[in-house]
Amino acid sequence: MEGLSRHYGTVVALDNLDLTVAPGELIALLGPSGCGKTTTLRLLAGLEDADTGRINVAGRDITRLPASKRDMGMVFQAYSLFPHMTVQQNVAFGLRLRGVSAQQRNRRAIEMLELVDLATQADRYPHQISGGQQQRVALARALAIEPQVLLLDEPLSALDAKVRAQLRDQIRRIQLEVGITTLFVTHDQEEALAIADRVGVMRDGHLEQLAAPTEVYSRPATAFVAEFVGLSNRLAGVVSGSSVTVRGRDLPLVDLSTPPGPVIALVRPEAVVLSSDSSSESGPLVGTVIATTFLGATSRVTVDLGDTTIMAQLSTSEASALPAGSRVSLAIRPDPVLVSGESQVADEE
Amino acid sequence: MAALNQPLADVAAELTGSAAARRPGGLRASQRRRLNAFRYLAFTLFGLFFLLPLLAMVRFSLEGTRPGTWSVSAWTQIASYPGPPPLLSSIEVTLELAVITSLVMLVLVVPTMIWVRLRVQWFSRVMEFICLLPLTIPAIVLVVGLAPIYNRIERYNVSALMLFWAYVILALPYAYRALAAGLNAVDATTLSEAARSLGARWGTVMFRIIVPNMWQAILNALLLTIALVLGEFTIAYLLTYVNLQVNLFEISRSTENAGVLFSASAATLLFAFVLLLILSYVGRRLRRGRP
Repeated sequence: MEGLSRHYGTVVALDNLDLTVAPGELIALLGPSGCGKTTTLRLLAGLEDADTGRINVAGRDITRLPASKRDMGMVFQAYSLFPHMTVQQNVAFGLRLRGVSAQQRNRRAIEMLELVDLATQADRYPHQISGGQQQRVALARALAIEPQVLLLDEPLSALDAKVRAQLRDQIRRIQLEVGITTLFVTHDQEEALAIADRVGVMRDGHLEQLAAPTEVYSRPATAFVAEFVGLSNRLAGVVSGSSVTVRGRDLPLVDLSTPPGPVIALVRPEAVVLSSDSSSESGPLVGTVIATTFLGATSRVTVDLGDTTIMAQLSTSEASALPAGSRVSLAIRPDPVLVSGESQVADEE
Repeated sequence: MAALNQPLADVAAELTGSAAARRPGGLRASQRRRLNAFRYLAFTLFGLFFLLPLLAMVRFSLEGTRPGTWSVSAWTQIASYPGPPPLLSSIEVTLELAVITSLVMLVLVVPTMIWVRLRVQWFSRVMEFICLLPLTIPAIVLVVGLAPIYNRIERYNVSALMLFWAYVILALPYAYRALAAGLNAVDATTLSEAARSLGARWGTVMFRIIVPNMWQAILNALLLTIALVLGEFTIAYLLTYVNLQVNLFEISRSTENAGVLFSASAATLLFAFVLLLILSYVGRRLRRGRP
């Protein structure tokens, strides 16, 4: 996709987007509602027309092709199975449109249903299977036509958490098995980070960062990415050279070209280490636990440092040893941090 | 004495607690009984209100030459009543009108509604207004508007079948509402996008994806249209065409209490009822396996 733009009246949905997806790659587009990720997908699918820009697939310009001729498989957020057809008929529908013989159609449909572990449900109607099963059938239907690109528009958002996690892993397994180029749109960062080869974080119609999940998380390119993907503590600091001093500690910078001066450092909760402090001595990294949020295997502990609060992510067993009111001392791991100018943060807020 | 010695609050709590434990279930059961009794009473009263005149009509249609006797001659006369025009011919014309009106209605309205829903959504309000407009226009006013057109085409000696255009307009609001309900029950946008992404063109989307999910609504629209045509009198009479209702009216003017009036009316109602049963059965068969 080159220079893609799309406007709805005065609203800019996409702003000169450039995105290249390698063959067999799974890219997740992540961002808040209204950032343009679904618009990107719909332009690629041909369900909407771009105002400017081009879309090339395997060297072919498909910008002006109608949706029915783009050879893309798509799975939608809303359940999109045809209610009047059985599961097998749904999967075979695209093949029927292509004039494939009945015998081949049925064989291919069963093959796809076996891929998603639903061959036994072939004769059921969509309303007779669960939501997760329906989305798997939708996936089988999209793959049955052997598309060049697979498009997934928040396919898991209507499912409950446990089914979502299972189906997410299954989608990734199938995508790797089939080797199909895939664009996956989601607002759930856990989904994006878990299955994508690269994650594209979008905001206001453009890409803030496109990189591997680990890089997006640990070396966010902008303050928006740092705060949208995972949590961040905002701590005042001063840049000097290639490091930023935060509460008396020197931390390396992600962006070495950051000019010196006061900044806001974005520190991940996992980089904050807590230990109980039985002394009454105060300091820049000594504080009082004010709240603990249980998240399952981990817990998030909020500590009052006097002039600010800071979050730390610990194992639940460690956090249980630090009840509210405990005095704790903190250490910040020297992971590279992103910083932003104070005025920039104010603008973004 | 033990009860008197017990603190007053405990006694009160015990009494109210046991009463409260009884009250929710007890009141609900009696409320439910009263509600059911009211439903049965209302159903019976309204049922009698509608059924008694129908039963009386059927009884009159089976009345013999002497009061209190029974005879099927009024029913056999449906086919043989001479008129002019013969009752049978007006029945045929009315049935043909019902079929033609229904087909034209469906061919015009169904694709248009689907197209507007999928491609020109901003027009849906306008379409709704146009389709519901005939509800607000009295039949006499419709006739005033249609009369010049029918006067012109009369010179070509057209039959009463030409009334189908007027009947399409008349049935439009009812058919539109029935079809709109069916279209609203289907996520037409997502289904059409899914079909298009699989390679379907617009024709396939409309007739192989959307329409099969609207069968019940289409059958409902069909039934409403047919029922309207079977019972229509005003437009046909004012435009001086003879359909079933106009013919029955003429018979009633020439022969008081003619038995064939009651038998033909009862037959029309029976036909509509049987049609409803058939269409319901067909609808259930088409919905086989669906929610």
